[in-house]
Amino acid sequence: MGEFKVHRVRFFDYMPSGIRALAFNRDTERMAVARMDGSVEIFHCSDRFFQEKIIPGREQCGIEGLSWVGERLFSAGLNGGITEYDLTNQKVKYTIDAYGGPIWTITGNQQGTHLAVGCEDGTVKLFEVNEDKIQFERNLDRQKSRIVSLSWHPSGSKIAAGMMDMIQIFNVETGHSIHRMLADRGVGTSRSKECVVWSVVYLSDGTIVSGDSVGMVKLWDDQTGTLIKSHNVTKCDVLALSVSQNEDSLVAGTSEGTVVQFQFVSMVLGKDDNEWVRTRTFKNHTHDIRAVAEITTAVVSGGMDAQLVVKPLLDKIEVRSAASALRKIHFPHRRLVFCARKSGLMLFQYPGHLELWRLGESEGKGIPGSSLFVKRNPEKLLHLKVKGEDHIRCSAVSPCGEWIVYSTASSLRLYRLHCDNNNVSITKISKLPKVLSSANQLCFSSDSSHLFSASTQSSVHIVSLSQSGCKFVGTLKPKSGSHQAIHLLAASEDGEWLASANSDHEVHIYNLQTRKAHCTVPVYSSAVTAMGIHATTNCLFMMYADQQMCEYSIEQKQYTDWSRTVQRKGLHRLWMERDTPCLNVMFNPQNPSHVILHDTYMLCIIDQSLPLPDDKTQFYNQLTLKSLTEEQRKSHSHAFKVCKTFKDILCVELISDQSLVVVERPLEDVATQLPAPIKQKKFAT
Amino acid sequence: MLYIYIYIYIYNIVRCGGSKVNLRPPIISTDSRFLLCASGDLVKVYSTRTEEWLHSLQGHTNQVTGIALNPANHLQVYSCSVDGTVKLWDFIDGILIKVQLVLTHFLTLFGLCVSACPECFQLVAVHLPKSAEQEVEAKEMSVVSSHISSNPSCTAFGRGGEYIAFARHLQLNVYFFRKQKTCSFSLKATDKKGAKNAFTCIACHPTDDCIATGHEDGKIRLWRNFIHKKEYTYSTQHWHHNAVNTLCFTPEGTHLLSGGIESVLVQWQYGAGNRKEFLPRLGGSILHISVSSDGQLFCTSHSDNKITVIESSFKVCGVIQGLVKDGVLTDLMIDPRSKALVLNGKPGHLQFYSLLRDKHLYNLDIVQQEYIYEAGLDQFEVVKAAFDIKGSWLATVEERGQKSSDLEFFLKLWAFDERTQSFVLNTTITAAHTDRIISMCFSSSKETTMLVTIAEDGQFKAWCQGADADTQQDQNFWSCDFVGSYHNLKPTNCSFSADSSLLAVSFQEVITIWSPETWEMLTTLCQPPGVIRDLCFGRLSCSKYLLGTTTRNLLCCWNLLTCALEWSSSVEVSKLQPDPLSENVAAFSYQSKHTDVFVFKPSEPRPLFTNKNVCSEKVHRAVFVPREEPLNNCDESSQWLNRSQLYFLTQNMDLLTFSTATEEDRILSSSKQLVIDDSVAVTPFYLLLGKHGQQQQKLNTQSHPALLHTPAHVLPAASVLCSMFVNSLLISNTGVQEEMDSEKEEEDSEEEMEACDSQQELRVQGSVDEVTLKLSKAQERELKRVRKTDFSWMAGLIDSKP
Repeated sequence: MGEFKVHRVRFFDYMPSGIRALAFNRDTERMAVARMDGSVEIFHCSDRFFQEKIIPGREQCGIEGLSWVGERLFSAGLNGGITEYDLTNQKVKYTIDAYGGPIWTITGNQQGTHLAVGCEDGTVKLFEVNEDKIQFERNLDRQKSRIVSLSWHPSGSKIAAGMMDMIQIFNVETGHSIHRMLADRGVGTSRSKECVVWSVVYLSDGTIVSGDSVGMVKLWDDQTGTLIKSHNVTKCDVLALSVSQNEDSLVAGTSEGTVVQFQFVSMVLGKDDNEWVRTRTFKNHTHDIRAVAEITTAVVSGGMDAQLVVKPLLDKIEVRSAASALRKIHFPHRRLVFCARKSGLMLFQYPGHLELWRLGESEGKGIPGSSLFVKRNPEKLLHLKVKGEDHIRCSAVSPCGEWIVYSTASSLRLYRLHCDNNNVSITKISKLPKVLSSANQLCFSSDSSHLFSASTQSSVHIVSLSQSGCKFVGTLKPKSGSHQAIHLLAASEDGEWLASANSDHEVHIYNLQTRKAHCTVPVYSSAVTAMGIHATTNCLFMMYADQQMCEYSIEQKQYTDWSRTVQRKGLHRLWMERDTPCLNVMFNPQNPSHVILHDTYMLCIIDQSLPLPDDKTQFYNQLTLKSLTEEQRKSHSHAFKVCKTFKDILCVELISDQSLVVVERPLEDVATQLPAPIKQKKFAT
Repeated sequence: MLYIYIYIYIYNIVRCGGSKVNLRPPIISTDSRFLLCASGDLVKVYSTRTEEWLHSLQGHTNQVTGIALNPANHLQVYSCSVDGTVKLWDFIDGILIKVQLVLTHFLTLFGLCVSACPECFQLVAVHLPKSAEQEVEAKEMSVVSSHISSNPSCTAFGRGGEYIAFARHLQLNVYFFRKQKTCSFSLKATDKKGAKNAFTCIACHPTDDCIATGHEDGKIRLWRNFIHKKEYTYSTQHWHHNAVNTLCFTPEGTHLLSGGIESVLVQWQYGAGNRKEFLPRLGGSILHISVSSDGQLFCTSHSDNKITVIESSFKVCGVIQGLVKDGVLTDLMIDPRSKALVLNGKPGHLQFYSLLRDKHLYNLDIVQQEYIYEAGLDQFEVVKAAFDIKGSWLATVEERGQKSSDLEFFLKLWAFDERTQSFVLNTTITAAHTDRIISMCFSSSKETTMLVTIAEDGQFKAWCQGADADTQQDQNFWSCDFVGSYHNLKPTNCSFSADSSLLAVSFQEVITIWSPETWEMLTTLCQPPGVIRDLCFGRLSCSKYLLGTTTRNLLCCWNLLTCALEWSSSVEVSKLQPDPLSENVAAFSYQSKHTDVFVFKPSEPRPLFTNKNVCSEKVHRAVFVPREEPLNNCDESSQWLNRSQLYFLTQNMDLLTFSTATEEDRILSSSKQLVIDDSVAVTPFYLLLGKHGQQQQKLNTQSHPALLHTPAHVLPAASVLCSMFVNSLLISNTGVQEEMDSEKEEEDSEEEMEACDSQQELRVQGSVDEVTLKLSKAQERELKRVRKTDFSWMAGLIDSKP
């Protein structure tokens, strides 16, 4: 496998932001996730929950609700505005003010014609969804207290609204209230506290389900406005509800971190007298669950502990596979750490600032597995705050460590770093070419002479960098008509090739000499999660979200023989069952046949010269190999060498002095920085 | 040959009383008046209101393993037994109606006709043929499943008997009778959170299709939609911290009851998630729960051989306590006052159990601390107890930390309080010895009571009352009087002679004889090799002998007058038990995997009685129980049983005894008597009549108790009977007039009632012709004569009396 000196970096204090809202689009199988910091992420549910798109948030922009209307995504927040997102270019399209004070909830009807928002001033406002904008239509009868939750009847003729202490049913036609149903306050001391109806769901049979701050899930009849049944789910709040598409299952998220499932089952077998019965309880969160969504085969939940949990419903899954396993997504599927390979600098990307660190140095040599004495401690060189309210979308540091660039939704800034001994200073490059107004992805060429900036419509702008400044060189445009934003860029070591991957799963290769599109890698059904161009062979190595891997020879414009062998023989079962995507592809310059990959839980070196494992061979064979003699080792070794020494890996990078930088962010550290969860009585304490 | 026959006939080793009442769930009759439970080879019938044992259904020859009400007739009960029969009883009258021979060993009986047999644990449906004969052989059997658990609570019938649910290990199976289809669902053995998912019990909802299952880690799952292989679903509820032993739905299906080792009855509201009620501190861990058909009464069986009757308002209204035989650490003792058997009962208690009535009398709380029902906790246990000869003092030793090194123990002395008729704590001695107390005994003299304890610290101590000057004058506490030891050897046993003039304490191989008056060591006796195990003085005419057993299989008898060994014999004696009322000593010897009993007099080396192979386990505990009235057995080999009866406890905790033939006859006859008495419903009218009937029996054997027991509507007109009845009383009355008049008023009222009924009786006369026909012509004539007789003189007779 080879020996490496490893910089084990644990000073990247990345804090994922808590999840505030979820919205599932059944047609496209996309899950939209809104976080506390205002960012919106799109996950592809059928592609192993790969995080396809990230729309960074802004300061002071709390999102309270998300809603899909067709393929359009809307959000509303406490700043009182409704925002539509441009998902192609991964940015905010427009924001309009609803003029009703803070908005607590937003929901679109099934017909896709209207949006309803619930405001602090007690109004439910209806917006008509037009071709390219939304238009305020009217208010429903104004209520005294704020509207916390809303749900349309599937027919679109009625709306149920959850408020303080009560639930109202509105007729959409007339705008008048049909029924007013009072939710009970808790008993005892909580009697004086008002009951917040955090969530309502209107079922097509006229049943309204509500979850409130008393901890009850209540079922109401909309004809009579009476309570049918109530389930005491928790001592704390029921914060979120979601119903399955065929309305036979309902999930409720509580502030204890549990998801409670209710099912519509027949009480006597064979008869049709179904009832809602509380069935399973899932506990995968430590903190409040702020949002749940029941998708076709799973329950997705997210909350204050910032993890997205996908709990599969085994009764709805035909074949159990790795794709349908319990999944916990802690970290973004994007790189947040960048390394200046040649100078040993690291750039950490936080939502609102950048940090530049110099790696420490160590002394002497040690035996494998031992830790070396640190001669010089790592040092924070720079703390770069973002100008403006927008959060950073992407950033990069050049391999030589001289250039730092970052981009927000509205602006792009390029800095030049002067580093002589202990004095660090930066200068902002002021005159940037106009095309560099904003970038979806940024990348430097390996000799740090050029900056590649991915822009709208899958185009890449090339800017040459020099001591004096920067100069726009040209734009690379793909042959195909895809307009999706590019999320990955890879430049070759010799400066000849550039590969770009976009959300439509297209990978384009450009010749940098001619600045023309060279070829397009055949489109695969899964998204590319990481790619790299081999330094000597100029082969593009790609990792996909479904854990497949491909090697594509740029010069020959075809898959390599090794890649074809992998496709033919298939990958090992244990490799396919990993549940986090590979986030970086590197090549060992000392051994051209070695490819280094990593995901959140492991570091892997693929030796292309060795045979591939089949399902019968032992996949994690490091320990076995150790115990064998030299000759036996040869017959037992296979291409995959997996190292599980490191956990919760955010980034692995190979730097020029043959040492690896492993950036870890232990989940325990994340947990300690979270607010205290609701205190619960634990048995035997 | 004849000899052997008689021998076997006379001595019958019988399992006596105190058998388990908690083996199977008890059932409550439809009218909630009777509670039936399988106990040994009997089915016992108790009253739910008074908790009295009414009678028992006798007839099985082996352990009864299941009872179920006859669904066709709620006054009948089916029972099955390991003897391979299913019997149908009328449980109110205690009459055996039908016997079905099925040649398998039944494990238990479920509802309609499905039973389980234990060899391979199969669930079989037995077709019970309809036949008028009393004894029928049921041949038709069909196996429902062979994947059932050996635990009968893992099988239950579903709604209306449409399906049966049974679980084994991690698999739940539901068999639908109509479709003849089995659906099975499995759980994982463990998960990441350490759940233990093995099934422990099952209950089915009476109206909904919902199966409740209990699990080893205390979870309760409610399964629904189990007709589908895939879309089945369950919800989980968790309160018990240890395995759920039993589950039961109320008949309406509104509540689910569960119980486990915590001894808390939990009532879950069906369909309302976590809402539950608790009834804590019920005693031993709950093994079974059953509910009466109207849902008004629950009853729980507990591991300490107890049935608790609970009202639906969650109030305990009765306790049926059997003999507790788990964890017996003390010897078997007899309370000299109540003649009750005393041994460990509830944890931390001594139980007083009347062997004659087979009834638990009361528990004496020794430890006086709350007992926590949880596995693995080290809690105080009563390990030793002793009564003095009059029964006015009780000494107990409780210990904690038997396993660990830090031993804690208390010696407590209890005085009998005449006023409250119970024992009251007199003295607690915290550090009686520096190490564990091995044995203790009271002196048997009538004047002064003295307690001697021996401990592993090599000392024996004598305790007397009021010897300490520091204590207050008016209260007499116990304090140490003398500390003795012998060459720092560890004592092994101690014993007082019958007149308390001598105390024998054995130190390893040496027996020392002390005079309790002067505390002077009189002599030592030694017969190596072997450490002395048991020690006892002879009684009455044999009081000059001292008996001892050693670990090296030697039974020695010393003559105390000559201080020499009188005789010795090589037998491995595990228990030596002297009879306090005679010279006899019983020795239990364990050889080649069975126990033999010898009864002998110390003066005669030849045993009075030997019985080989009494049981297959070692016997460490035995006691002679004095009889209330001595028997008059002339047979030489049974004379030793005349004055007292020998009870012994095997290692399997079976309480066995020797009974004689005459005794058994008596028991049989008495039980028949009981049956007749209980055949009449206990109504106020019956009480009135019953009292009358008893007195009448004394007065006149010629009178007709049948008259009083026959329903009024089948009797001839009162006018017909009255004079005859009165006449019969009159004839008997000549000798005992005094008793007569007290009953006069009762008779009057009775006649009134009968007169009221006469109108109706006339109407149904046709049906009772045969009754009237029984009166012969002569009787009729007599009746007419009697009717004409003037009884006015009786009024004068009554008036003359004050």
